[in-house]
Amino acid sequence: MEQNPDLPELAILSTGGTIASRIDYRTGAVTSQFDADDILRAIPRLGEMARFNAHQVASILSENMTTSLWIDLARGIYDEIRNGAMGVIVTHGTDTMSFSASAISFMLDTPVPVVFVGSQRSADRPSSDNVMNALCSASAALSDLGEVAVVMHASTSDDRCAVHRATKVRKMHTSRRDAFASIGMPPLGYVDYPSLAVRLGDDAVRRRSGEAVLHDAVEEKVGLLSFYPGMPADLLSQFEGYRGLVLAGTGLGHVSTASIGGLRDLIGGGCHVVMTSQCLHGRVCDRVYDTGRDLLALGVIEGEDMLPEVALVKLMWVLGRHDDPGEVARLVRTNLRGEIRRCSYNGF
Amino acid sequence: MDFEQLGLKAGIEIHQQLNTKEKLFCRCPTRLRDFEERTGEFFRYLRATESEMGEIDRAAEEEMKVMRRFTYATYDTTCLVENDEEPPAPLNAEALSIALTIAKMTGMTPVDQVHVMRKLVIDGSNTSGFQRTALVALNGRLPEGARIETLCLEEEAAQRVEGETFSLDRLGIPLVEITTAPDMHTPESVREVARTIGMILRSTGCVKRGIGTIRQDINISIAEGARVEIKGVQELDLIDEVVRREAARQVNLLAIRDELRRRNASVTPEPVVVTGLFADTKSSILQRATYIVAVVLRGFDGLVGREIQPGRRLGSEMADYAKKCGVGGIFHTDELPAYGVTAEEVAHLRECVGAGEADCVVLVAAAKERALCAAQQVVRRAELALAGVPEETRKMLEDGSTSYMRPLPGAARMYPETDVLPVRIRAERWEEIELPELISVKAERFAAEMGLDGALARQMAYSEKAGVFERAVESGVRPSLAARTLLGTLRELSREGVAVDRLEDAAFLDVLTRAESGAIAKEAVPGVITEICGGLSVDAAVSKVAPAMSEEALLALIRDILATRAEFVRERGMGALGPLMGVVMQEARGKADGRLISELLKKELRQRV
Ligand SMILES: [Zn+2]
Repeated sequence: MEQNPDLPELAILSTGGTIASRIDYRTGAVTSQFDADDILRAIPRLGEMARFNAHQVASILSENMTTSLWIDLARGIYDEIRNGAMGVIVTHGTDTMSFSASAISFMLDTPVPVVFVGSQRSADRPSSDNVMNALCSASAALSDLGEVAVVMHASTSDDRCAVHRATKVRKMHTSRRDAFASIGMPPLGYVDYPSLAVRLGDDAVRRRSGEAVLHDAVEEKVGLLSFYPGMPADLLSQFEGYRGLVLAGTGLGHVSTASIGGLRDLIGGGCHVVMTSQCLHGRVCDRVYDTGRDLLALGVIEGEDMLPEVALVKLMWVLGRHDDPGEVARLVRTNLRGEIRRCSYNGF
Repeated sequence: MDFEQLGLKAGIEIHQQLNTKEKLFCRCPTRLRDFEERTGEFFRYLRATESEMGEIDRAAEEEMKVMRRFTYATYDTTCLVENDEEPPAPLNAEALSIALTIAKMTGMTPVDQVHVMRKLVIDGSNTSGFQRTALVALNGRLPEGARIETLCLEEEAAQRVEGETFSLDRLGIPLVEITTAPDMHTPESVREVARTIGMILRSTGCVKRGIGTIRQDINISIAEGARVEIKGVQELDLIDEVVRREAARQVNLLAIRDELRRRNASVTPEPVVVTGLFADTKSSILQRATYIVAVVLRGFDGLVGREIQPGRRLGSEMADYAKKCGVGGIFHTDELPAYGVTAEEVAHLRECVGAGEADCVVLVAAAKERALCAAQQVVRRAELALAGVPEETRKMLEDGSTSYMRPLPGAARMYPETDVLPVRIRAERWEEIELPELISVKAERFAAEMGLDGALARQMAYSEKAGVFERAVESGVRPSLAARTLLGTLRELSREGVAVDRLEDAAFLDVLTRAESGAIAKEAVPGVITEICGGLSVDAAVSKVAPAMSEEALLALIRDILATRAEFVRERGMGALGPLMGVVMQEARGKADGRLISELLKKELRQRV
């Protein structure tokens, strides 16, 4: 397709997902086959905004995403930025989009916008949210933003998209267009539709000059476990040999007294354990109740106000680079990519 | 008109809402709401998507000429499925059962597996941009012989409130769509087939009733004409008129075509900009327009203004096409001078665009983009006039004439609904379906077995209350009393403002059996029902309105009346019965049954004469 050379350059990297899906008439299911040209043909207005450089990194349903594909994706984005892309759009299935976005956020220190986008209603239907989400993501990728973000519908209407920080966003609804929500902070900004005007709040990291920096090592042997009442104590032993484990505990960050022994064994065996909360909103605090104090005494690391999935990705990334327990604990509790807020958000 | 000779071919598609508890693809009730009860609104844009072949459906493309924003109203009886925010639930089993029953009643063959398809509809009436539809059965026949091709289960569309605002309460109500073969050759036979299908549908007792719950689409063509689908005919009695008018329209369009060909007519495809010509016009529409273009139709003079249906001209058809671009309408020289446009302006216009006396000039006035789009549409419609009758989907106007909606949908319009699994129809399920008695058969039975006269029997059989009627008769109520109360009394009370909808069948049967046994007077029935509808129990209503007078008390009353009118009784003898009956009835005020009064009065009178 002819592209206007006077326009700025954006890269689109595709991993599959609903934004690029079509019906597979063989199985009747919606599958994800992508040709970047398809997107430009389907959404002609994109061609008026920028020149596009499109690559397919993977063609998978997002539940099949892996850490090695994160690495491929991080390297792909890094190359595009080094080659002069003004911004990068990543099309991604919505189910695990927030995992991938926060992984890229840690693996890649980017001076330009890296925008994850998907759709909740498949592209083959006239009511699909894919066109509006794609146009808003392109506008965000051309904007003053300078961090990794997720851009998706802000409401059920076709009125605007929200720009979410990659390390603070979560899919909070199985099917609605506005399923993605910023947790623990308001969205970084909004992109109005159909004007595509971008409004960024003060929190948004701004575009800057300088090179992108890639740290693409991750440790795969890290688990995530959601505690529940009556959880058998021996369940923890399944994580023997793991280098890290994130717990989604109850309330302020608790597990049962019966689990203490198992955790002691894990930590004793060299596993780094980070506590987060099933509440999702709010900060972990293990100094209030006895069980919490026991956990701290064992060496469990408080995950501050990090989302459990973000803590998982972060722990994978930290363990990809560090071994020393003190350094691991320090990094987990240090804000690196906006995943920890110094002051807890008073919204909810 | 001799319709056989014209080669009239017509078929109908009947859409009937089913009275199921829940909607077809979600578990919301099938209840219609007032717009004022809405709990929220949201808005969306729809766009035509490419089919797998990479082509955009021509009907969908037409709708896309202007980008439209649709607003939807939600209710506490609608959910995320109506909002197109959740995948559809499995196909409603109750709706499928009703559809299968109808299929069996018309001798159809069910499909092995029901596959739900998507039919592209982007006029805003479906939040998803498509309507879900599923073929359930094939090849049936009506008692009088007309062939039924298909029976489908479909979801009802959202109701347009006004402009581009829709109400989601109606979206998703199950419909059956019954399509006949194009076997009908006269307007009357189309109406009668529609009537029969309507009767069969009602015989199930499971369809919704009332305005808008059944709609007929009619397919019509004549020899040399074209297939035209007329949407949304609601009144049965208008069907034959619609068919007659469409046949006439096609005849007239063919006559226009022949005349155009004889005149060697042609269409000038490039519109001429004539904005400057009307700088000082008195026509307010032309004054307001920022852009005016003229389309020259060579050899069309007098034909654009020729009537093709009552109240409709070829010019109206062109205007319909132009309106798709968002303009209000068009002017053409067959109707000018008028609307503030002077004869001089017309002459000047003809001169400037090089149009002679035999030509017609069409004017479109609007903003530039819309005016050019509309001019293209006028050119398109004029070219179609040279070819004859275009294939179209049309909508019925109030009197039975029609206006253009969109081209007939192409074949690319259906594709599989991947979110709903197919449903297998087992042979046993089909075998087990019990056929309900046809209303026409029921009417005959009511006449023959219950002694109702023909008209009353038919009225009773067609009524929603037929079931209550039969139960009343079974419990010993005389058919005439039951029918009169159901069809007469209730309607009168309803007209007086009594909320008869609130009367439950059990209470109604209770009142009728009491009236039959004489426990309450028949004259007291309307009063008792009124009180029940007002919220009283049957017992409370009876003791308030008609505390039954004991036989002794009644006898005492009669004797008292006879004593005070002894003179009158002597004079008239048994002839006093009639007048005295009235006196007693009045005194008893509905607290005693008329028959008992008559019996006692007669006996007492006889003793005195
Ligand atoms: Zn619903």
